Amino acid sequence: MTGNDIIFYLLGILTLGCGLLSVTSRHIFRAAVFLLFSLIGIAGIYFWLQYEFIAAVQIVVYAGGITVLIIFSIFLTQQAGEKLPIQKLNRKIFSALAVFCAFALALVQAYQHGFITNNKPAASPSVQDIGNQMLNVNETGYALPFEAVSILLLAALVGCIVIAIREKNNTNNISENQNVETSQK
Amino acid sequence: MMTPGLEHILFISFALFFIGIYGFFTRRNLITMLMSIELILNSVNLNFIAFNKYVWPDKMDGLFFTLFVIAIAAAEAAVAIAIIINLYRTHRSIDVENTEDMKF
Repeated sequence: MTGNDIIFYLLGILTLGCGLLSVTSRHIFRAAVFLLFSLIGIAGIYFWLQYEFIAAVQIVVYAGGITVLIIFSIFLTQQAGEKLPIQKLNRKIFSALAVFCAFALALVQAYQHGFITNNKPAASPSVQDIGNQMLNVNETGYALPFEAVSILLLAALVGCIVIAIREKNNTNNISENQNVETSQK
Repeated sequence: MMTPGLEHILFISFALFFIGIYGFFTRRNLITMLMSIELILNSVNLNFIAFNKYVWPDKMDGLFFTLFVIAIAAAEAAVAIAIIINLYRTHRSIDVENTEDMKF
């Protein structure tokens, strides 16, 4: 057992342990911080697999972006120091049972399948390779999904602003407009 | 304990997926449910990366899927949080049990 293996097992324990605490903790802020550490553990696994670019994207977008967004929304919607209410024991037991059975079934299926692993010398993809293939327009390129995702992100941005904007005196404006219209008539 | 391979990463990814499902079943707060969804999406990303690394090491398709999933997850989280904040303004609560306006 080399140091490489030990690092992998530590990352796995960090990811799973923090993920479990994040769904069971009764302090919502602590749950968000455990989620952050779980995401960092996954980024560590990407580093361990030598996909450095994905690991960097994971840290920037998930650990840096989405977690901060979630913590902001916790600050906006939660009272400080308030615990989440205790859930019914029945619900917990049956969900744990269902989830455990599904987990065992999925794991048995995956292990029985026996994926043919390929031991070719894995070229660790450089950022240049990724960029070349992503913006390529031939059949292996990903230019069309890239553009679709860019439009999706723009739509999501505009949609968020429209949803979250505070409608100030909306009814007053409407009545004023109607008054103006009637006076013009 | 042996040298980690595809099976070990699949174990982590499956376990994380079902931890997320458990959180989605048991939580009743919209933000914590969103956090469970993030865990599920991350386990899927880990799956893509593991298969790309161990089954098709000469290609990069799993890597691109992961990039697109991350981008779409960011958009989804932003829209979900905008909806949650708007819901909090009108209902003063983000518990799913209290939001029954659209219940038939």
